[in-house]
Amino acid sequence: MHAQALASRDPRLNRPEPFTPPLGDGGFFQRDRSMHPPAHAPGYKSSVLRSPRQALLSLENSVSEITGPVFGHNDLGPLDNDLIRNYAKDGDPVGERIIVHGRVLDETGRGVPNTLVEFWQANAGGRYRHKKDTYLAPIDPNFGGCGRALTDDTGYYYFRTVKPGPYPWRNYVNSWRPAHIHFSVFGSGFAQRLITQMYFEGDPLIPVWRILTTIPDQDALERLVAPLDLNASAPFDSLACRFDIVLRGQRSTYFENRTAGN
Amino acid sequence: MPQPLNYLKETASQTAGPYVHIGLIPAMAGFDIFEKNFSNVLVTPNTQGERITLEGKVIDGSGTPLRDVLLEIWQANAAGRYNHPADRSTGALDEEFRGWGRAGSDFESGLVTFETIKPGAIIDKTGRKGAPHINVWIVARGINIGLNTRLYFSDEEAANAADPVLNLIEQPVRRSTLIARRSERAGKIVYSFTINLQGPEETVFFDV
Ligand SMILES: [Fe+2]
Repeated sequence: MHAQALASRDPRLNRPEPFTPPLGDGGFFQRDRSMHPPAHAPGYKSSVLRSPRQALLSLENSVSEITGPVFGHNDLGPLDNDLIRNYAKDGDPVGERIIVHGRVLDETGRGVPNTLVEFWQANAGGRYRHKKDTYLAPIDPNFGGCGRALTDDTGYYYFRTVKPGPYPWRNYVNSWRPAHIHFSVFGSGFAQRLITQMYFEGDPLIPVWRILTTIPDQDALERLVAPLDLNASAPFDSLACRFDIVLRGQRSTYFENRTAGN
Repeated sequence: MPQPLNYLKETASQTAGPYVHIGLIPAMAGFDIFEKNFSNVLVTPNTQGERITLEGKVIDGSGTPLRDVLLEIWQANAAGRYNHPADRSTGALDEEFRGWGRAGSDFESGLVTFETIKPGAIIDKTGRKGAPHINVWIVARGINIGLNTRLYFSDEEAANAADPVLNLIEQPVRRSTLIARRSERAGKIVYSFTINLQGPEETVFFDV
């Protein structure tokens, strides 16, 4: 199991000049569904009754798809990207302190600026602060387990948290989810909306996890695995890992096909 | 070998899982953490347009409502303009309307509600008019990649009949899966919808 390549080792992720398609309608690149788990994935039992069976209707992007909600710093609070402090009551949460950072890019390699990234996770024992989670590992009184950030002008985001623990779930009797952090990302248009998960390099549960193994493309699966990023660690404070997220690319709108006078 | 194109690939989607509320609607998970929260109320007292309640359920292949589903909606304002720079139509922007909201279904009944306004007709990039509609995105445990659909309005029959997207649907019988039904309840306008994930009435979902 390889982790997502760090940008310094992968020229795809630090292209100096983003490629610019010269002619377009502002629509997003066709989604390559072989990069995603299929809707109907019997190894993930909950998907069986919750997956559409008709073919999706392909929709040429209109203004309804290329636009999407715009967020700003006014939507966030000062501690929103600090999961070690944003729910602390009488001390820090228990667990391995980590920094998670990376860029939100599109498929052309451009950073996606000022976009909202939301994240949530279990605590270090694998327990969620959620009224429907009944796992026996204890709630941490100092850990909420969620946060959010806006990317900067280059698409960069970061947050601080504790490493989540793995937890059991009802799929087979002895099914465990590898440690993971859930991510929700917007992009600039509603058709870029994405929810995904980040896993940790070296976790032995990754290869046996049934949801992940439904992704048909091995490289796509490996891109969900964040490597340790020792250079970004804070000495004597926190380890770091790096997670880049790629949203669909967008065609430019330099030329329009609208007839003059319309 | 030719030069490589070197496009990046979109990150794989993963299910939102059963605990999606923690990250997106923490109050539903049972705690209060953020100073400011997103919600299912898209309007302020000063938003322009006809106030409507949008209410419905998402139904699985056994006929059971999903009780852990999360919906987001994205819509134009009453003048048909999206609050986003890529909408270059000429309708007036409404500073009191972002046009986006999210809601989790009720943990008992599965009911999802939004308080919003009825959007205006949309002008597409070729200058054609599209029927008023609301864009919907659906995530939940068991949904591996978010589902995209639209809601149109039952009282817009003429506009719906001319809508380019509704007309892309080959079987007229399936178009009705996208129509929210207007009614009045205690003086409020309610549009009701049902999103069927499977079965003979399966909702039309889009590959956008
Ligand atoms: Fe999870």
